[in-house]
Amino acid sequence: MATERSSGTIVKVSGPLVVARGLSGSRMFEMAKVGGLGLLGEIIEIRGDQYSIQVYEETEDIAPGQPVEPTGQPLSVELGPGLLQSIYDGVQRPLDKLMAGYGEFIVRGAEAAALDREKKWAFTATAGVGDEVGPGDILGTVPETELITHRIMVPPNVSGKIDSIKSGDFTVEETVAVIVDKDGGKHECALMQKWPVRVPRPIDHKLAPITPLLTGQRIIDTLFPVAKGGTACVPGPFGSGKTVVQHQLAKWADADIVIFIGCGERGNEMTDVLMEFPELTDPKSGRPIMERTVLVANTSNMPVAAREASVFTGITMAEYYRDMGYSVALMADSTSRWAEAMREMSGRLEEMPGDEGYPAYLASRLAGFYERAGLVVALGKEQRRSSVTIIGAVSPAGGDTSEPVTQGTLRVTKVFWGLDDQLAFQRHFPAINWLTSYSLYLDVTDPWYDEEVYPDWSKNRRQAMLILKKEADLQELVRLVGMDSLSPADRLLMEAARLIREDFLNQSAFDDIDTFSSRKKQALLLDAILHYYAVALKHIDEGAELASMLDLPVMEDISRAKLIPEKELDARFADLKIKIEKAIKESAAPE
Amino acid sequence: MSTAAAKEFRTIENIVGPLVFVTGVEGIGYSEIAEIILPDGSIRRGKVLETQEGRALIQVFEGTSNLDPGSARVRFTAKGQEIGLSPDMVGRVFDGFGRLTDGGPPIIPDKYANINGVPMNPYARDYPNEFIQTGISTIDVLNPLVRGQKLPIFSGSGMPHNRMAAQIARQATVLKSGEKFGVVFAAMGITFEESNFFIEDFKRTGALERSVMFINLADDPAIERISIPRLALTTAEYLAYELGMHILVILTDMTNYCEALREISAARKEVPSRRGYPGYLYTDLATIYERAGRLKGKDGSITQIPILTMPEDDKTHPVPDLTGYITEGQIILGRSFHAEGVYPPVDVLPSLSRLKDKGIGKGKTREDHAGVMNQLYAAYARGKNAQELAVVLGESALTPLDLRYMEFARRFEAEFITQAENENRDIEDNLNLGWKLLGILPSAELKRIRPEFVEKYYVATE
Repeated sequence: MATERSSGTIVKVSGPLVVARGLSGSRMFEMAKVGGLGLLGEIIEIRGDQYSIQVYEETEDIAPGQPVEPTGQPLSVELGPGLLQSIYDGVQRPLDKLMAGYGEFIVRGAEAAALDREKKWAFTATAGVGDEVGPGDILGTVPETELITHRIMVPPNVSGKIDSIKSGDFTVEETVAVIVDKDGGKHECALMQKWPVRVPRPIDHKLAPITPLLTGQRIIDTLFPVAKGGTACVPGPFGSGKTVVQHQLAKWADADIVIFIGCGERGNEMTDVLMEFPELTDPKSGRPIMERTVLVANTSNMPVAAREASVFTGITMAEYYRDMGYSVALMADSTSRWAEAMREMSGRLEEMPGDEGYPAYLASRLAGFYERAGLVVALGKEQRRSSVTIIGAVSPAGGDTSEPVTQGTLRVTKVFWGLDDQLAFQRHFPAINWLTSYSLYLDVTDPWYDEEVYPDWSKNRRQAMLILKKEADLQELVRLVGMDSLSPADRLLMEAARLIREDFLNQSAFDDIDTFSSRKKQALLLDAILHYYAVALKHIDEGAELASMLDLPVMEDISRAKLIPEKELDARFADLKIKIEKAIKESAAPE
Repeated sequence: MSTAAAKEFRTIENIVGPLVFVTGVEGIGYSEIAEIILPDGSIRRGKVLETQEGRALIQVFEGTSNLDPGSARVRFTAKGQEIGLSPDMVGRVFDGFGRLTDGGPPIIPDKYANINGVPMNPYARDYPNEFIQTGISTIDVLNPLVRGQKLPIFSGSGMPHNRMAAQIARQATVLKSGEKFGVVFAAMGITFEESNFFIEDFKRTGALERSVMFINLADDPAIERISIPRLALTTAEYLAYELGMHILVILTDMTNYCEALREISAARKEVPSRRGYPGYLYTDLATIYERAGRLKGKDGSITQIPILTMPEDDKTHPVPDLTGYITEGQIILGRSFHAEGVYPPVDVLPSLSRLKDKGIGKGKTREDHAGVMNQLYAAYARGKNAQELAVVLGESALTPLDLRYMEFARRFEAEFITQAENENRDIEDNLNLGWKLLGILPSAELKRIRPEFVEKYYVATE
């Protein structure tokens, strides 16, 4: 505020990069309005008097000699009630408002406030006059949606005594409370606050993740769980179902808040999300899941610089809800497009390239982003525990995971769901390869599952993994010498592995029932399959014919078991186990 | 509004490949169109790629041969590249700069539009969910195409992608009648023979009357290939969103487009990413492919079928790779099928249509479509595995069930994939054909189909 900022003049335009002179007083990462249309841009390099600005809109017609106006503000997002159910572009312009104001196409220089300035919200003060408050303390609440109560917090840089506070209906800009700090300075607090996107919001301290995130996807929850506050990455070549996995997680993850960033992806897919989400209901509350969702959509044909910003816009909103005490899941699809946007800007800045033309700081930027995840104790007296979980999709060029973005991501994420196009070709979905994927949260989640869900959870998981690994080894052998050379026990193991693959791991995102499996169903289903294996193995050891164990009609029941309704789980699965035992016994020793 | 009228300069400093550097200029807008006037009065057009104080970099569409820095003049038009649009464009043929080449009467444009287009607001998009029947089994049943989708054909040199594209253009119908349907065809760097094949085929079948063609042949300036898809799509947007037509855009061959882009990037000495292609190839391709779609509240739609030839049939080459990341699926042609004489040689397993789920099913095609599709895929994949096994170990090593799968795979290729170039199969017949083949397998194997549909449609083949 102290320094005077002078306006500048454009000296060079090259695609989304504009260089201007005469912007003295402006700082790195401040916003500036470029050209006659006032296109939004961000200062990303300063060399002497030359300020390089990445422009978030198409720069056609922009010419040297045109003005650049500094705004003095870093790229920031507006945080307050009304974020939920919104759909924003990469720099937090609401797309529905843009359409209402400017039509079906995104014209240049279009502006719309991120939060509705007219709408009144019912604010209920929970703090009182005279209370000593600090950053993160809750002043009051606003019912933002049926699902989510928005907690209005003291901004991170304010503390003092509440001088006045009132309940009532307010717009996001009106003052609801005044706080006087110890030097006598007055701070007016509104429902809305702003925060620069490139700076992580402060927290009290971080904790190690302890509980798994429920996704309803069997291969994820059972074999490769991600913890709340953890990080996961989903790399895969095109056509392997990355986006469907991301959509499934956005729909079913048991986080309080879901932030979905469509970063440089397909427009029609974003539309799919936009049209489908309002119709889906949360399995717990029965409310539309949009009530807990914020969408950021910067499709591949929208300006590349805004794509670079979209990831930060999303994570800052995620941190804001985390600070309120909510668990937040953030899906970024796809971080490769984000990295490519960095590469493009880096090339235009004529920086020395690293691997494959990516800038040398790629890995540190990736790490910086993923480190904004975590289970934390938020600022504020209440010591609220909350989390941000980041699930990033990666689209490696040519499906080759040795490329820099995948490698940079793998170094900082703890769960790897490796998508495999060979599985996708066989229409095995989700096409997560069980041999290459991993989760480093198992030592945390195993005891939790055993305790909370099913006592044999971790035992069964280990056995299932063992069967799948063994199957892969045996398959090599079969390829060389044929199925007949296997021992009956190995043949049975192959059969058990097939059941696990086809009837447990394979899950249809498009079937109304199969799209979401509760943890209990996952446990019982895997248990039933392993029960078949155990019983059949016992009979074989006792000398029964292998053939009598395969192709039993009861297999049909096993493969349909994933469609058992949630309410009938206990009874039906208990029946199924008895039926399996009976079928095997009869087949082994016919009367 | 522009205060400065056309600015003219005689100050060309350097000419490098397709690029011209002009000095002493002022206030030149990024991406505006420049005209280079040769001493004989002929004009070459170009586009500003970079502008600085006193200096502009122009990419010349018609090539720089014969240009002399001393005698040529450069005039800046203060406008981006535009195309004149009119309903009369339908049935006509244009070149890579939007000029008529069919010798017919000139067209008086209703309006002009910048060819770069403006990104569609994702919120304004309507989800593509209307099934387009192409009459080709491998597309209609296995990889259904819907209005507003972009579904490329990944091919290789010497494969019949052009015949297939022409067949789609000829047969494509929506299962509703009475709607205006048109084709916008953009050819980039294809040979005279290929182009002639399309023109003749369109003429013969009457498709030309509902088509707009933009043709840049292999010996035309390579740089023009960069504008062609944009000219075509601007025209398509006009026909679709202002005249309410359903437009199928065929872009061939996108590999040539990307090579033209690489040529410019190399001339500008940009840092290359993979195989010398520029780092912004993905973004650039997206500005083309993403112009497919439908808008809420508008009748028309744009469906794209880009065709590209994969160098060495390599799917991981940057052009097919980046295309695959943007488009909603891909139809891949297989060299071994082609060698066996299968037409259309669609390699079924890696082909995919991402928008299929919303365009099929009850009320759109038939209730059992999704199940049949998944089952055919799964069964064919297993049949192929069995075939491989049989090659190594001999058929005697296979179980009776695997033998049935093998038989299924064989007949699937012969009866389902294979069809004649003029054979237009109805979706109903196509699904019944699928059931006939699934009859080779025992009904218990049909796990991907709902039991009630198995009950209704399944008939075991002897």
